[in-house]
Amino acid sequence: MSNREETLIPKVGVITDVRIDTPDIKTFRVVTPDGKKAFDHRPGQCAMLSVPGVGEAMFSITSSPTNEEYMEFSIKKCGCVTDWLHQAEVGQQITIRGPYGNPFPVDDVFAGKNLLFIAGGVGLAPLRSVINYCRHYRDRYGDIDIVYGSRSKDDLLDYNEIIEEWSTDAGVNVHLTIDNPQDGWDGHVGFVPSYVKELGFDTNKTAVLCGPPIMIKFTLEGLCELGFDKTQIYTTLELRMKCGVGKCGRCNVGAKYVCKDGPVFRCDELDELPDEY
Amino acid sequence: MLKCSLDKINSVFEEIAKTAKLYIPADDKDGSAVYKQWENGIEWSSSLNTVRSPKDFFLPQMENLMEFKTEGKNIEVIDNRCETEDFVIFGVRACDVKSFEVLDRVFLSEPVDSYYASRREKGVIVSTACSKPSETCFCKTFGISPEEPEGDVTTWKTEDEIFFKANTSKGEALLEKLSAYTEECDETVVTEQKEKISAIMAKLPLKDLKTDAFGGGKTEEFFNNPVWEELSGSCLGCGTCTFVCPTCQCYDIKDFNTGKGVIRFRCWDSCMYSEFTKMAHGNNRITQKERFRQRFMHKLVYYPENNDGMFSCVGCGRCLSKCPISMNIVKVMKKIGDVDA
Repeated sequence: MSNREETLIPKVGVITDVRIDTPDIKTFRVVTPDGKKAFDHRPGQCAMLSVPGVGEAMFSITSSPTNEEYMEFSIKKCGCVTDWLHQAEVGQQITIRGPYGNPFPVDDVFAGKNLLFIAGGVGLAPLRSVINYCRHYRDRYGDIDIVYGSRSKDDLLDYNEIIEEWSTDAGVNVHLTIDNPQDGWDGHVGFVPSYVKELGFDTNKTAVLCGPPIMIKFTLEGLCELGFDKTQIYTTLELRMKCGVGKCGRCNVGAKYVCKDGPVFRCDELDELPDEY
Repeated sequence: MLKCSLDKINSVFEEIAKTAKLYIPADDKDGSAVYKQWENGIEWSSSLNTVRSPKDFFLPQMENLMEFKTEGKNIEVIDNRCETEDFVIFGVRACDVKSFEVLDRVFLSEPVDSYYASRREKGVIVSTACSKPSETCFCKTFGISPEEPEGDVTTWKTEDEIFFKANTSKGEALLEKLSAYTEECDETVVTEQKEKISAIMAKLPLKDLKTDAFGGGKTEEFFNNPVWEELSGSCLGCGTCTFVCPTCQCYDIKDFNTGKGVIRFRCWDSCMYSEFTKMAHGNNRITQKERFRQRFMHKLVYYPENNDGMFSCVGCGRCLSKCPISMNIVKVMKKIGDVDA
């Protein structure tokens, strides 16, 4: 038996709630077996979840650090570990380790700024942590705009929270869009990048983007057309990871490791990296 | 400086093996040198150039990390790490000794890899000055001294004698144990030996290969070079280069269900493999060109960028002799860096 600390050895976590968000996304609430949060984190950081015998994978922590009771993970069903998690019931134990990566600069760069959050699909998962953090410390930030789009109304993550909590906050403007017209939807229809351009935001904002690579690419271009500088825009990346601490050699883009140098990057920093993410 | 007659080398090995596992390069059936655990009858090979690098001693090809017991919905995490037993690797080449520093910068940086750290602390490295390099050797390119390799103890071997110098407290402790077999001496013979080695190295075919073109901050300069296409064109993606490489440290973590529980193990992986970066929703290095480029950019640009200019290659030459299509880092350096050698 060794007394040395070892980040690869996880803690046990218990799933205490499973919320069905969309046809392929569920949100899992996780605590330790004695009912506590597994560890503290900052908005934008990630955790390694595993199902012994199935595998381990990195997920963004979608709950805000200001939630002192539990952590939440919004997970899309798309691979071995996520398939397994989607059939898990309340009470199921998993393993958890972290937190990993750098958070969004919520306490320095973002402080006092107007914030513009732009997400597509499950890309809202990492942003929800920041959005709820900024809502919690509302007086530290200026106006908050949230643009969120998905394939259909049914594919909008955290829909109830968005409508009942975010949309009703003073100084928070929510702009939802879906890809195609749908019965029972009288909101905007169209892709996120073009919606962002239509909305035509003032450049006195710091923007945070997350979504499929193609959405990020076009939204970034759109923001630049609106006059935004890349130093005002942040995003978070995802690549395959095994260790989470820059040793397994898997998630590097150029000399940067997404797990430890990211996952949060400022978009001008991304320009300095080779196009391999 | 201490010395001992080579007639007594087996007694030296026997003495070391009393308190630690001892590994030495020994001749395999096919005549190549491999590290073997010493016991009576195992002879020290005249070649220091082992087929497999000694990275196995610190980063084994496969090792169990932890176990899980599952019962119903419950999971128990079993931390069954144990401290490594003391061991000595005797007769390590200068290049291979340097490779441990390359690995250290990965595994001993925060958060420290406890599995690696335990082995690194318990292992004593006895290097041997390299007077029989292969034609594929180019350690000097990376500023490595085969005349006086690093390690806890440095040794020099002549026709009939072996000379010892301790470099660390671990090394001093080892030499202390060998005092019955060694005697004090001056450095005359070792100095001659070093000169002899320098003369041998000066004749190697790759002696003029330089790293000047490479280093941190060169990503933009090299990444989109069209030459990667041509260089990687025949790459089979077999991963041999990464496995024989003493500095390649990429690993995978996998679970094995034993029927009674789950063992989570670590094994070597290779950036040359198509599934290395494959995720459920896509792969950011789709072609072999991208994977090939990753390996060499990592060794020559990314690693130095993150490690004060140190390259992740020690010029051991293993990839030159083992690649089935005769592609290797030297060809890459010459082509990409436009280096004459």
